[in-house]
Amino acid sequence: MTDHQLHLKSFALRRRMLTLIHGAGAGHTGGGLSCLDILSLLYNRVLRITPETVDSPTRDRYVQSKGHCVEALYAVMADRGYFPDADLDTVCHYKSYYVGHPTRKIRGMEMNTGALGHGLPICLGMALAAKMDGDAFKVFTLLGDGELAEGSNWEAAMAASHYKLDNLVAILDHNTLQITGHTKDVMSNEPLDEKWRAFGWEVRTVNGHDYAALTSAITTPHPGKPLFVIANTVKGKGVSFMENVGKWHHGVPSDAELAQALAELEAAEKVARIDPNARASAVGQTSALGSTRSTSQQ
Amino acid sequence: MSAPAPSLFTPAAKALAEKLGLKKGRANLEEFADTLQQLATADKNIVAVTSDSRGSGKLAPYGKALPRQIVEVGIAEQNLVGITAGLAACGKKAFGVSPSCFLTARSLEQIKNDICYSNVPAVVVGISSGVSYGALGSTHHSLHDLAVLRAIHNVTILVPADNFETREAVKFAASATRPVFLRFGKAAMLDLPGADRPFEAGRARVIYPVGGSSLPTGSGNVASKLAPTTDVAFIATGETVVHALLAAAHLAEAGISARVLSLHTVKPLDTAAVLAAGRECRAVVTVEEHMVAGGVGEAVASTLLQAGLAPRFKMVGFPDEDTVTGAQADLFRHYGISMEGLSATAHSLLQ
Repeated sequence: MTDHQLHLKSFALRRRMLTLIHGAGAGHTGGGLSCLDILSLLYNRVLRITPETVDSPTRDRYVQSKGHCVEALYAVMADRGYFPDADLDTVCHYKSYYVGHPTRKIRGMEMNTGALGHGLPICLGMALAAKMDGDAFKVFTLLGDGELAEGSNWEAAMAASHYKLDNLVAILDHNTLQITGHTKDVMSNEPLDEKWRAFGWEVRTVNGHDYAALTSAITTPHPGKPLFVIANTVKGKGVSFMENVGKWHHGVPSDAELAQALAELEAAEKVARIDPNARASAVGQTSALGSTRSTSQQ
Repeated sequence: MSAPAPSLFTPAAKALAEKLGLKKGRANLEEFADTLQQLATADKNIVAVTSDSRGSGKLAPYGKALPRQIVEVGIAEQNLVGITAGLAACGKKAFGVSPSCFLTARSLEQIKNDICYSNVPAVVVGISSGVSYGALGSTHHSLHDLAVLRAIHNVTILVPADNFETREAVKFAASATRPVFLRFGKAAMLDLPGADRPFEAGRARVIYPVGGSSLPTGSGNVASKLAPTTDVAFIATGETVVHALLAAAHLAEAGISARVLSLHTVKPLDTAAVLAAGRECRAVVTVEEHMVAGGVGEAVASTLLQAGLAPRFKMVGFPDEDTVTGAQADLFRHYGISMEGLSATAHSLLQ
């Protein structure tokens, strides 16, 4: 799938995420929109896993540490055929398996997450298992920037480089907002690149909505070191009135807000279909997020 | 540090142990480590995970013999449990080993979510549990672990009493397909009677009368229609069982009949054995190296009451107070977990 095809798909995925959150009456809208492009890239290009190979011992593993953004994952996985799209009409409903965080009751979900600071240690165990067995699979996790205040992440950061886990990739959905406000005000965590590098990781910083840059950052080998990708993202990405607005952390759109959001996304998709170069301008809107660069050599 | 001597406090208790032919074994901790090493030698899929705890866990020889089957995480219990879960999710038989006081408190959320809720077949091993570190203070006591784990779905809780039960519990855990918590201490234990009979997780063992009949199963058995035939049942767990056994033998000398159950599986509870004790015994005494709140005693009490059984009842364990410190033996004696203490409890219940 080309970058352009991924870009076109992203509009439908965002719409599906919003309609399922609307139907559920609950969900993490802002963070879902910020990480959706990363998830789509993982499932449509990077991960060596398909709906047919979810039980293969040598499949790549993806564990979503920021489990609260499961709605974006639901939209991406349903689109990819892991489960029927109609299932998503039951999210958060009575007795539905599709609860507000990932669970293994759902085909293709690797672990039950939702409490923050759990994904990275679990992924360490998975990456160690691969090394022990000489398996070539890789292990991926997605972290939130607010989540990094959990100390367990730093226990795992230490151990991952100690064991030289170059089959481990942690991607940070760096949208700089959390439930209370700006992460820098709640609990400042910068400079993240220097911290992770000091912990022995290869660190790469990219625009988290740029498929080409993300692909390069995630898939370029990092021998002898685990990889930390700082994906600079926009919370609420793609919907004008949600972008960088704190209340959409777990805001649920009203009927009118949903209609407006869907209309915006449809209009943007039309533009993108007419003009393939529109992708560049969409990326351009968020150029402040920074270009791709590797900081591990600095 | 070598394991302390069995905490048989008085010459009378020692003499009775000799009379019963109880032989000194070793610490359950050492039995665990040897058994795990044997299993791991035969099965390369077994992995031990330690948090600077291989010495405390007697796993240094394991680490030397099987360096590719041990993962050291440093002093980081949350990471220990997360890694254990990740290994288990990828097909490893992972045993996460750390003192129970840290493991079941600091990393409780990892046990709850990464292992139990995610339902991966990992084994969480709480070593030096209870008041094994009695003199080190309450930071090092785990008198809460059974209570918190009883309240978490999807974990089998095993608290072996002697070397035989420990060996069998480790074997069970190694082949289990669901989460297991293993808990034991570090004092050398006496070998209890009954090692000739099979160990089954979820089924309490009758330790006394020695060679006693097997327990009835299910409800509606004949015994339920009869008046109690035994004076007192001790339903005990882990390192307290030997004291209940001695108390039972001591009471026999005074003409009081007793039954002792080793409740090595705290969850799922052997309700058939508990109900049989409630029907067939005039009094029930529970004994545990744990705070009585949320522990084995309350599990037994709720089982009895909900079945309409109300024998005379006493829970022996650690009360909700600033725990006295001292060696495990001191604390057992202080809180009545001794031949004399448990005999006195039975006498007073039966009056």
